[in-house]
Amino acid sequence: MEIPYTVEPRKDTGLYNAKVGIWLFLASEVMLFGALFSSYILLRVGADVGEWPRDLLNVPIGTVNTLVLICSSVTVVLGWAALKQNNFAKYRMFQTITVLCAFAFVGIKSFEYYDKFTHYQVITKDGKVYDGHLHSRTAEQVVLQGHEIDASKGKAEGVRKAQKADKHGKEIVIKTSDIQKIGNYGPKHNTYMSIYFTLTGLHALHVIAGALVIAYILWPGARMWKTEPERYANRVEVSGLFWHFVDLVWIFLFPVLYLL
Amino acid sequence: MGDHHSHHDIEATKKKYLMVFYALIVGTIVTVGAYFIHFDSIALTVALALFIATIKGFLVAGYFMHLMDEKKMIYGIMASTVFFFISLMGLTIWAMHDFPTNTMTR
Repeated sequence: MEIPYTVEPRKDTGLYNAKVGIWLFLASEVMLFGALFSSYILLRVGADVGEWPRDLLNVPIGTVNTLVLICSSVTVVLGWAALKQNNFAKYRMFQTITVLCAFAFVGIKSFEYYDKFTHYQVITKDGKVYDGHLHSRTAEQVVLQGHEIDASKGKAEGVRKAQKADKHGKEIVIKTSDIQKIGNYGPKHNTYMSIYFTLTGLHALHVIAGALVIAYILWPGARMWKTEPERYANRVEVSGLFWHFVDLVWIFLFPVLYLL
Repeated sequence: MGDHHSHHDIEATKKKYLMVFYALIVGTIVTVGAYFIHFDSIALTVALALFIATIKGFLVAGYFMHLMDEKKMIYGIMASTVFFFISLMGLTIWAMHDFPTNTMTR
């Protein structure tokens, strides 16, 4: 059975079906991310004074990732335009750049995640708070490259002030027997890290899914260009719409998580 | 966008895409620049960052996603989405100080 309205528009909507489908899907995605953004607002407003981290994420790296996604968005539309001009080679070049940008984005994000999973906070039995990157850990001791924190105005605020005063800190050796609590900056560290990993993790999954779809259309699915070029161009447009949405979400995630 | 384009239309559209691309780059640089300036007012910092993000979002949705030149049905879908999104945010702001009794320790 032939699927109707893959190329010609329906008379009632004026659109081919896939386009209606992707916009309905994107509408549901807006509500998904909207729910998480509203969670972020509630968590931030409800955080104790001095416990919501600021300047914790690496802004230059986040900026580079933002620029990578913007570049990938423009290559998607330029690729689609090349296809409309029957220039398949140029389309393939632009979309290859898009897929490479997606790899770059996920690679940079993985580096950021690694940085957070090796960033530790230690509270000793005498109430002192130490914060820094894990240098080494044995059964007897933990060695951090970081700072001792003044947590009187909140741990997050203490970390911010210490990092501002001395970015790299010093080597700190803590005996295991003195440790009351130790944990990295993973999702369970505090509510900020929970919502950070949830939002960026879900976004990264969208980047990976979008890149897989674009790559499929670009390589194994490219046979359709020879048999049904209009339908193929529509597929490229629909995958592009998803990709721009992914870019759109990041445009809001970046300032909210990194800068505010 | 419509389905039938002349070569001239596509060339004009490509120029528009590049202009939007440059605007997005500038918007990102301004947002990050404002972060490093460190305004005294947090409200001003938040407002500026979200204002620039909204403009960037408008450019992506309007030009890259072709919302400036779409069919009525797409506008209908987006209008209902915007309605529910604003309602969701409104409920969030409304609930901000509405903590259930005896659940707050401070």
